Amino acid sequence: MTEQLPIAKALNLAMRDAMAADDSVLLMGEDIGDLGGVFRVTDGLKAEFGTGRVLDTPLAEAGIIGTAIGLAMRGYRPVCEIQFDGFVYPGFDQIVSQLAKMTNRHRGRQAFPVVVRIPHGGHIGAVEHHQESPEGYFAHTSGLRVVAPSTANDAYWMMRQAIESNDPVIFMEPKAKYWAKGEVSTEGAQYALHESVVAKQGTDVTLIGHSAMVHVLMQAAAIAENEGVSCEVVDVRSLSPLDYEPLVESLRKTGRCVVAQEAPGHVSLGSEIAATLQERCFYSLEAPVMRVSGFDAPFPPAQLEAVYLPDADRVLDAVDRVMAY
Amino acid sequence: MTQTRLLDVDGSEIRNTDNERWWSVADDLTDEQHVEMLRSMVLTRAFDTEAGNLQRQGKLGLWVPSIGQEGGQAGVAFAMRDQDTLFPSYREHLMVHQRGVRFEQIVDIFRGATHGGWDPAETRGARLYSLVIGTQSLHATGYAMGVRFDGASGTGDPEADEAVVVCYGDGASSQGDASEALIFAASYEAPVLFMVQNNKWAISVPSSVQSRTSLAQRASGFGVSAASVDGNDALASYVVSRAMLDAARSENAPQYLELDTYRIGAHTTSDDPTKYRSSDELESWKRRDPIERMRGFLRARGIGDDVFSAIDTEAKDVAAEIRRHTLGASTPSSDEIFDFVYTDANASLEEQKLALARFEASFGGDE
Repeated sequence: MTEQLPIAKALNLAMRDAMAADDSVLLMGEDIGDLGGVFRVTDGLKAEFGTGRVLDTPLAEAGIIGTAIGLAMRGYRPVCEIQFDGFVYPGFDQIVSQLAKMTNRHRGRQAFPVVVRIPHGGHIGAVEHHQESPEGYFAHTSGLRVVAPSTANDAYWMMRQAIESNDPVIFMEPKAKYWAKGEVSTEGAQYALHESVVAKQGTDVTLIGHSAMVHVLMQAAAIAENEGVSCEVVDVRSLSPLDYEPLVESLRKTGRCVVAQEAPGHVSLGSEIAATLQERCFYSLEAPVMRVSGFDAPFPPAQLEAVYLPDADRVLDAVDRVMAY
Repeated sequence: MTQTRLLDVDGSEIRNTDNERWWSVADDLTDEQHVEMLRSMVLTRAFDTEAGNLQRQGKLGLWVPSIGQEGGQAGVAFAMRDQDTLFPSYREHLMVHQRGVRFEQIVDIFRGATHGGWDPAETRGARLYSLVIGTQSLHATGYAMGVRFDGASGTGDPEADEAVVVCYGDGASSQGDASEALIFAASYEAPVLFMVQNNKWAISVPSSVQSRTSLAQRASGFGVSAASVDGNDALASYVVSRAMLDAARSENAPQYLELDTYRIGAHTTSDDPTKYRSSDELESWKRRDPIERMRGFLRARGIGDDVFSAIDTEAKDVAAEIRRHTLGASTPSSDEIFDFVYTDANASLEEQKLALARFEASFGGDE
């Protein structure tokens, strides 16, 4: 079946289909039941599956992740919702010291199929702690898989694949794009969970990003096109493991590259991607790999977010700089 | 809160109106069961003492002694039923051994060979040790929630209904995780017993800094039934925890048991307790030793010296065996670094493993 769905509805459908297919799949989180979550991503699922499958938990993130670990030991596949990016930290220890290390500690004899959903990123004009991009912390942590869809079809399939994964998956959701519609085909997955994908072909510059940033890169590419610069956009759908092949292939073709992200640039995913690409593509590079990111400052009050967050103009400025070489 | 005690420090029976209902359970235990409890305590102490020696001789990186805490641990370990699950901290050597973990497997953690040591599928529900203080309280609660969701508790059949025991101490009681675990356990009516060994010292900080009330008193604020027991009295620990576990399994009612005990040894071999506690305090607790108490009780019941000396002989063998194992044990393969990070192959880790092999081969070894 193929239909036009916003990303939030595609995620909802994915969880619903996963729960219908497998009784061991449980949803846990704050306000996810009758309210359907603050973004309504779990809307209607409690009514359909009952309180035994959709748990409105006490307001305690360590408690949510910690008990999800115990439920996984018991054979369940919990899908936990963290209400906002900046609220994941009370559960951070349970994620990085426990969930991430459990499989290794058990020498692979016990699986920990826990999905942690985190709506992340800015552009929603919210108060402090509600617009952050903490994915770098998790991508830095061995034992976690970290993914970030940017389209409705990816939202559906990556959620299905994340729930089926026997390893913990940190699932970053592009909250600013929750209501962006796209075609969703439930007939079969187009890509594996951890593939990077060329979202738009081009020949002059490679633009690399993930999650909501991919939409900004597409916008920048369209503008550049009008100015005679052909940009290729690569959607890094998975931050860990990170599939470099499409990036390397693209860069060998274009010789120029801009990596963009909302998070601060210092010691970030963009830094890691830039370092790896110069190791692998040194002889193909016509210009240094440029990074465009949030500033190395706390996410600002909402009235300043448009200044802080990289937009198409900031990306195009970097495109100009790599084209100048 | 009244503390339940059945045996005085010399092992003589204390029978009064407060504890007569507990004696009605304790009196059903056979001498064979009493001797088994004593045996578990004596063997664990022999193992524990020898592991401490091995650490001092540089054969273990660290050791965590449980000396002085064997009474409560034996009581609860024997009160658990086959179908139950145990979430230890890192000092429950007797309890995990009682579920089937070999002493060698515990030592392997502390000689730096593994972060896990055993497979919980093979140790009658003994989960792995946990080093982050109090973290396991949430895992146990989640597991117990799963027990209840599975319908594996609350049927009223104590032979089949499952319960979960989680161990932590007075120090861990201050952690947020421990409070959140009580909240989740109460909210979801999880069949879990919080077994809290108050050994008086969280490394150098006394339990009076952790709490100005008894720890057991706190539980009622969470809506969790609580009791307090003399944790150096194996018999009292057994009868009270047996009843609490059966309430947890039958009624899906979480339980909280504070065991009043004392850490005779150091927190770990890196610690120096002479810097923060008095020798008078230590000596007073040595006089309440759980093993001597059980031996006194059994002597009064007419158990002969031959039984005690047979256990002591076995204890010497346990110590010798753990020494033999530790001195003869091999170093793990470097594959252990890479092979279990994920449940399936990870391209980046495979590359790093290969790069390490190439690097090592570049020195001209076996290849």
